Amino acid sequence: MKKALLLLFLSTFLTKTYAQEYFPNNESIHSKNNNYTVFTNTTIYITPTQKIEKGTLLIQDGKVVGAGNNIAIPKNSITINLEGKTIYPSFIDIYTTFGEEKPKAYSGGRNPLYDTKRAGYYWNESIRSEINAYESFKYDQPKAEELLKAGFGVVGTHIPDGIARGTGVLIALNNNNNSTRILSSKATNHFAFTRSITTNQAYPSSLMGMMALLRQMYLDLDWYKKGNSTTKDLSLEALASNEKLTQIFTTEDKLNSLRAAKIAKEFGLNYVLKGSGNEFERIEEIKKTNAPFIIPINFPEAYDVSNPYLSNQLELSDLRFWNQAPTNLKVLSDNGIIFALTTDKLKKTEDFRTNLIKAIKYGFDKTKALEALTTIPAAILGKSNEIGSLKNGSYANFVITSGEIFDEKTVLYENWVQGSKYVVNDINAKDIRGNYDLTVDATTYKWKIDGTSTAQKSEITTADAKKITSTFSVTNNWVSLLIRSKDSTKADYTRLTGLIENTQKLSGKAILPNGNEVQWTATKTAPFVTVKDSAKTEKLNPIMPVTFPNRAFGNSKKLMAQTILFKNATVWTNEKEGILEETDVLIKNGKIAAIGKNLSDASATIIDAKGKHLTSGIIDEHSHIAISNGVNESGHNSSAEVTIEDVVNPEDINIYRDLAGGVTISQLLHGSANPIGGRSAIVKWKWGQPAEEMLYKNQPKFIKFALGENVKQSNWGITNPTRYPQTRMGVEQVFTDYFQRAKEYDATWKKYNSGSKKEKAPRVDLELQTIAEIINKERFITCHSYIESEILMLMNVADKFNFRVNTFTHILEGYKVADKMKEHGVGASTFSDWWAYKFEVNDAIPFNGPIMHNEGIVVAYNSDDAEMSRRLNQEAAKAVKYGNISEEDAWKFVTLNPAKLLHIDDKVGSLKIGKDADVVLWSTNPLSIYAKAEKTIIEGVVYYDISKETEQELAIAKERSELIGQLLQEKNKGASTQEPKKKEKKEYHCDTLEQ
Amino acid sequence: MISKKIYILLLAFCIPIYIKAQQTPAPKQTKSVLILNATAHLGNGTVIENSAIGFKDGKITLVADSKTIRLAANAYDTTIDATGKHVYPGFIAPNSTLGLVEIDAVQSSDDQEEIGNFNPNVRSIIAYNADSKVIETVRPNGILIAQVTPRGGRISGTSSIVQLDAWSWQDALIKENDGIHLNFPSNFKRTGSWFEPGPIEANKDYAKQIEEINAFLINSKAYLGAPPKERNLIFESTKGLFDGTQTLFIHANEEKQIIDAIQIARDNEIKKVVIVGGYEAYKTADLLQKNNIGVLLKRVHDMPQSDDQDVNLPYKMAKILTDKGIVVGLENSGEMERMSTRNLPFLAGTCAAFGLDKEQALQLITSNTAKLLSIDELCGTLETGKDATLFISEGDALDMRTNKLTNAFVQGRMINLETHQTKLNKKYKEKYNQK
Repeated sequence: MKKALLLLFLSTFLTKTYAQEYFPNNESIHSKNNNYTVFTNTTIYITPTQKIEKGTLLIQDGKVVGAGNNIAIPKNSITINLEGKTIYPSFIDIYTTFGEEKPKAYSGGRNPLYDTKRAGYYWNESIRSEINAYESFKYDQPKAEELLKAGFGVVGTHIPDGIARGTGVLIALNNNNNSTRILSSKATNHFAFTRSITTNQAYPSSLMGMMALLRQMYLDLDWYKKGNSTTKDLSLEALASNEKLTQIFTTEDKLNSLRAAKIAKEFGLNYVLKGSGNEFERIEEIKKTNAPFIIPINFPEAYDVSNPYLSNQLELSDLRFWNQAPTNLKVLSDNGIIFALTTDKLKKTEDFRTNLIKAIKYGFDKTKALEALTTIPAAILGKSNEIGSLKNGSYANFVITSGEIFDEKTVLYENWVQGSKYVVNDINAKDIRGNYDLTVDATTYKWKIDGTSTAQKSEITTADAKKITSTFSVTNNWVSLLIRSKDSTKADYTRLTGLIENTQKLSGKAILPNGNEVQWTATKTAPFVTVKDSAKTEKLNPIMPVTFPNRAFGNSKKLMAQTILFKNATVWTNEKEGILEETDVLIKNGKIAAIGKNLSDASATIIDAKGKHLTSGIIDEHSHIAISNGVNESGHNSSAEVTIEDVVNPEDINIYRDLAGGVTISQLLHGSANPIGGRSAIVKWKWGQPAEEMLYKNQPKFIKFALGENVKQSNWGITNPTRYPQTRMGVEQVFTDYFQRAKEYDATWKKYNSGSKKEKAPRVDLELQTIAEIINKERFITCHSYIESEILMLMNVADKFNFRVNTFTHILEGYKVADKMKEHGVGASTFSDWWAYKFEVNDAIPFNGPIMHNEGIVVAYNSDDAEMSRRLNQEAAKAVKYGNISEEDAWKFVTLNPAKLLHIDDKVGSLKIGKDADVVLWSTNPLSIYAKAEKTIIEGVVYYDISKETEQELAIAKERSELIGQLLQEKNKGASTQEPKKKEKKEYHCDTLEQ
Repeated sequence: MISKKIYILLLAFCIPIYIKAQQTPAPKQTKSVLILNATAHLGNGTVIENSAIGFKDGKITLVADSKTIRLAANAYDTTIDATGKHVYPGFIAPNSTLGLVEIDAVQSSDDQEEIGNFNPNVRSIIAYNADSKVIETVRPNGILIAQVTPRGGRISGTSSIVQLDAWSWQDALIKENDGIHLNFPSNFKRTGSWFEPGPIEANKDYAKQIEEINAFLINSKAYLGAPPKERNLIFESTKGLFDGTQTLFIHANEEKQIIDAIQIARDNEIKKVVIVGGYEAYKTADLLQKNNIGVLLKRVHDMPQSDDQDVNLPYKMAKILTDKGIVVGLENSGEMERMSTRNLPFLAGTCAAFGLDKEQALQLITSNTAKLLSIDELCGTLETGKDATLFISEGDALDMRTNKLTNAFVQGRMINLETHQTKLNKKYKEKYNQK
């Protein structure tokens, strides 16, 4: 009793005393509290790995002044005996939006803004590095209490808007004192792959645009810091002055983490990556980033799969993610990745503890968990001496618990922040659980109190075991009970109250329905026993193995190159040997080792290919599959600075589908939304491998250009266009202008580089640099084109700048100017038979490819379409149908010719000894409608094998039903569930604008 | 001896064709034609090597093995020696928008979708442009018949079936108002905007939308039982559904949709039902079979709808359904549907690559479709008495390499296979020959 009062007094006292020292005080007189508070007889975790039994913690003025076993207790100490209790450092969440309002979204209509109207800042409005979260910070008491209840003492907070988001502030959750709360006004500097919602500026409209923008921003920063700019740029100045802060990059996805790490590597930066919880799916690459992470634990809720018609929409990857997500922390930790935990993305802060305990059940180490909440975030912020531990000098931020902190039964009593106490559960609450005989006014009842120690429940029955309606509560050690009259026809109540002093015998005052006051007593007849229900020990769901990628048809392990000998195949060499009947082909060490009759190799797997056809892999010169978040950077009329190489998505199922159609290589092109698009990625479809491994080694540099209706926005439904150009006339001007500027840019740099470099360095411009590469013949153009006039125009412009257009893609009127194309030396990558989808393809004819071919142009057939890509063999056959092209030549339309256009025919595109073993085994003549790709092999690795079809389907069905079984059980157990949802699939085409 | 004569005849026959203006519909058949020695694919599963196919006045009069049949020398006015070639019944493109839109991106050329939800009274046929440049490009690949079908709404409207060599829509008609098209509500709905699509969620209005269909059909039927003085053109236009003269084409892909659709059709005593789309029809095959409902299977050159499904599932569906005893036809709606109508034979070819017998695959675009469109009395097979709508191809017409038509006939009229595209081909070949 005394102690409770003392504590009550203490906390009120403490609230009064704090005020900034030099502030005038007109409300009272000077009163500084230099008393110590000491916690004795307690288990103390000074750090997650430094544990003291029966120790003492001494704090003064909000800081730790001593912690250990032999601490001298000063005379002016207030002692709190915490026998049986445990003290831990309070948690830190460095990634919140605590006390920050979401910025207002732009609401000025749908018309995009192309060039910013703000002055004095960076040219792109998603670069908001000048924003400081502390300026708009408002302490949010209710949210603070949620966090305190969850054990947090310090949070970092920021404004989550834009690509460069400005600085974050570090806040102590000290409910009592607003003068000491701000631990650091600028603790972190934030970045993300998200446009600002405050602007309608069109650029960047894609992920690759964001990456390019970040690069340009860092280059501009360097240039600006060197004093090269003649104008002020507050965004760059802010970036410069915040460089030393902890740089946090929000990626929200494993692949984006790799992308951010790539930028960090290029610019020598150290990002802390805020991930999403799917890191375990690509842990090897995540590990290689060497970056520290901030990881959320918003595990997906179980799906409600009771309706099979809805649940069949769920894909194996969704089901698996639900099953595997709780293992993420264990996997990260097992791989030695340093990470802090965050409450971000949780529906409710209280779920944090539940989910963390779940992760621990799935193997996450408890000490690591504690580190991820204390020492690691402190170290990430460079504040290990102030927060995250209870070392001397640290803030007195700690929690008092009933025991081991991550045990489900453990009660969190108090969370002290800067020496200021926040009560979560009353530490002095008496546990009155047990069975009692209650006597009131000569009536005896049976009274059973159970539940948990922090939430006790009661039940009243009559002596003859009839249940009686009653209401029960315990607060501040006062018990109160409302008993309804035994006569259920009457609404009469007896009200009982009593202060708990003796837990063996409770007593107090009762007010009877007639208003009379009497004494009541309750004598304990049996102590409370925890029901040990061994049946209830939670059975963990078996975790499904991760595959690469982690979805249906993923590989369970890394596939290896094989030595394979194909016997007696019909071999389409694409070389002067032509089509060879009954011929053997040996592939070894990823290369074509031998072609001939009666070959043998002891180490080879023999495949009887009699009656089958063996060809080199199909090359799709124009594809948009496997691209993350946007195929078009449509925010500018030129986006030469962006590259598809940044955004290859190695997990797209369309890769596997392409392999099933015999495709081994694709050029992933930027779309055609602007005259100068972005750089391409040439990829080999090594399914299961990371994106970096898919990129064709030493690939020739390409860029997509575009002409016609798409670039002049003819079919965008815009009423008031503001983006230049709007006509084919303007398109020519855009090209001429950019080439001229690039030429001048190049000259300026060449002059600077060859000089003394004493004068101011020119600005690096990634866009002009790329365009200059074209003029310098270091980069090839693939140009989306349709009609005669524009085809001639681009060749004309190229001639003026003394370079050659490499490829016209689509080129549906190429047949009209084949002679001019031949003269210019440009190749053609076209469709077999597409037309009539827009006005500019009205004169497209299926004889186009054959005419150009007959005029001596290198002709390829491409897909520009995820579906058609897997049937390019059929498309090639249409050259036979419409143009009477020989089968041998027609086949080259989808193999050797695209290899030539891509300048990779030295390694791929034909079956020749020494070339890459990129081969496809077909059931019959590959140009036949009846042909099926049976095996698709890249560099000797079998990535698709039709004979595995049944086995794979059975495995997928089995895993699905197993996971659905787990989910049904989860629902039965009463877990909250979510309705099945399906992700909208977006297959990109040239003119796809959305992300 | 015969061959020389045929050669001369052939020449005589061919010459006038080339001097005709393009896409001029051929005149009524006045001279009888005999096609000799081709491999005839009758469209009903039968193949006759060395066939004799004869037709007069637009109707097939002879389908026989040339080795076993004896014909008077002058039995037919014209004989075409098609040795080494193949004869097929004209292919049928169901659920098509041929003639309703010319260029996708040119809105003013688009007449495929009327506003409003229940439009059975809207008739596609009157908007059908017999002169469409797209139509002439599908004929050289063997597509000679189409079901012109409106789009949009819950009930899009009424379709009609046309032959593809005509002066006008009236001329083109094979069967007017053959069916009414119902877009069955989906169990799912897209969320988010076009720019930032959200997840696909359960359609909470599904039951309500089905009730709307039900209410519409009940009201139509009640109205038709005793038409009041004040006419209701919308209700009136559904008459054929209840008297069996029109088919209800229910566009549905999901398993549950198909089950619910069959129920609704049965409850309302609709006589003839065909499922259009039918992506998950294979899951309800027994029900379809029991109710004798066929499927116009959605474009099989398509992706599986789920990442977990067999990558070749769309290619295999026709086989799965056929094996279950369902009458399956192929339709080609979707992106770029009109211009890719000419790839219809190759859709069937792919079905053969993935399990069907080649002649069964052929039925998917001939006799089966004719049955489903209720025009099997007139076309869909090479059988005597039927329309002489057929063609000769140099080789297997289901394979791109060999689908090369030498002659095509619509109701006995030998049509011009020239197109805007062949004209441009010639023009530019000429350009390069000039050098």
